[in-house]
Amino acid sequence: MATSVKTSEYAAELSRAGADVGGRWSAALFLARRYPLGAIGAAIMLVFVFAAVFAEFLTVHDPLSTNSALSLAHPDAHYWMGADNFGRDVYSRIVYGARISLAVGIGSTALGCLFGVALGLLSGYLSGWVDLLIQRIIDILQALPLLVLALVMAAALGPSLQNVIIAIAIPLIPYVARVIRANTLALRELPFVEAARATGMSDMRIALRHVLPNTLAPLIVLATAQLGSAILVEASLSFLGLGIPEPYPSWGRMLSESAAEYVRTAPWLVIFPGIAISLLVFGTNLLGDALRDILDPRQRT
Amino acid sequence: MAGYLARRSLLMLLTLFGISVIIFTLLRIVPGNVVDILFDAAGFVDPADKAKLEADLGLDKSIPMQYAAWIGGLAHGDLGYSYVSEKPALKEILPRIPITARLAGMALVFSILLGVPLGVISAVKQNTWLDYALRLVSLSGLSLPAFWLGLLILMAFVASTDTIPIYSAAPKSFWDALLMYSVPAAAVGFRSSALVMRLTRSSMLEVLRQDYIRTARSKGASENSINYRHALRNAMLPVVTVIGIEAAFLIGGLIVTETVFNIPGVARFLVEAIRWRDYPIVQNLVMFVAVIVVAVNFLVDMLYAVLDPRIRYGD
Repeated sequence: MATSVKTSEYAAELSRAGADVGGRWSAALFLARRYPLGAIGAAIMLVFVFAAVFAEFLTVHDPLSTNSALSLAHPDAHYWMGADNFGRDVYSRIVYGARISLAVGIGSTALGCLFGVALGLLSGYLSGWVDLLIQRIIDILQALPLLVLALVMAAALGPSLQNVIIAIAIPLIPYVARVIRANTLALRELPFVEAARATGMSDMRIALRHVLPNTLAPLIVLATAQLGSAILVEASLSFLGLGIPEPYPSWGRMLSESAAEYVRTAPWLVIFPGIAISLLVFGTNLLGDALRDILDPRQRT
Repeated sequence: MAGYLARRSLLMLLTLFGISVIIFTLLRIVPGNVVDILFDAAGFVDPADKAKLEADLGLDKSIPMQYAAWIGGLAHGDLGYSYVSEKPALKEILPRIPITARLAGMALVFSILLGVPLGVISAVKQNTWLDYALRLVSLSGLSLPAFWLGLLILMAFVASTDTIPIYSAAPKSFWDALLMYSVPAAAVGFRSSALVMRLTRSSMLEVLRQDYIRTARSKGASENSINYRHALRNAMLPVVTVIGIEAAFLIGGLIVTETVFNIPGVARFLVEAIRWRDYPIVQNLVMFVAVIVVAVNFLVDMLYAVLDPRIRYGD
């Protein structure tokens, strides 16, 4: 139980740090110093969010306009990351691509968490046949690898941004539902829930007002981890030609267009989009690890 | 135990049945079947021809009828015919399985050979620079898309030997075959090794905190003996479960890696069949994947009970 003692020490230190200077910034600074890798992860993610929001101001060339004169142009002072076979600026496409990656990542994670939380709460709190039924649905969804289910879903729904988000959200549901269910089962037996029940509160109200807020910490940890895998699955789907359709610049599809044939002749088409995907996912993983240590010390790895 | 096995088998069957219904329905609610794709490519064609082809393929029947025909066939080992090649689906799928199985086996071996020792070192040297470095390596391993790693390996190959490793159905020698498979297997296995390493590390740290380790230390056992004779054995138990998680993880990696390296295995075949809306191939392959994942998880649970006498599956 060494970890729980340590955690309360952190909490005490945290409140001291907060009390000394007063304010959230010092608390954030304290956490950043305590978890430098998490802070680096958060910084990486902020850079990508910044790029996605201000893409127009960060680029000179249009990400979609083609120019045959520039086809496969090497990186230079104007085209920092070179141009692709259609003469499109790779740098602009990567900056705008952050929008797609983050939109799909955040969209599908949010959607997956929403349904996962609803199913997890229902099955953990109500138990009985509802629980049995939901558990079987979870079993079924989890018996297929994330990418396989997303591939079939994406093919069935057809290529569009919205459908890719749905296709990735559905395979994420069982992972969220399982964690929330386990948490709800544990919380259900605690005195404060019993007290709420004794006051005659409805099940719905207890689940939403008392159980749900207490599952927030594991949910945040899980959502950060899912964000990383959602971004990777989007890249894989687009790489395989079943993800984001033209004309959106998706990092995964940039790699499929350039794939094996340009490995020899235009390595910049392979290197830069891959770095963008890896760096963003690396950032979410670093942040996710730190959040887990802060919010859920029992699950340390 | 017999009761547990019966219940577990029933649940597995139920899961597989659920998957078969979902996959079958998903593939058929899509607007546009293989006939539409073929006829779109050909331009205008007589609607009567189209109706005849749909009838030949059984696509004019209701979805439940089509489903019953598929499951009925499965029971006889008849998987239907590929729409694209018009050959029996079984004949299309079977020869591709050994290729993917070899790749998966080598990737698994690679991930364990790399992941377990590094995870142990990381735990034993907890909070030293070596631990931090190894953790960063494993975290970046989990952040690299498997297909990009494959492309990077291709680039390194081109840069150093000026050739691209090409898959060949009949490699000249055993060593050629080993080389041919080991390059893509390393690309798949590296990601899995990162997963194995993280789980080995946390499991090892858990064990090192336990009382019997303190006892061993107070009896004067050497650090090596404590780490490798006392701790590692018990830490390996949870790592066995990783193989279950890895099965699903590996399949995702195989799909993209076979595509990058142009390897004609089942994983790449699944993507091709999905693109062509070749239902008989897609539905049978997805079922195949589901059977493997469900079976591996079952075997891992059984293995766990054998390795850890504290675990007993009661009725």
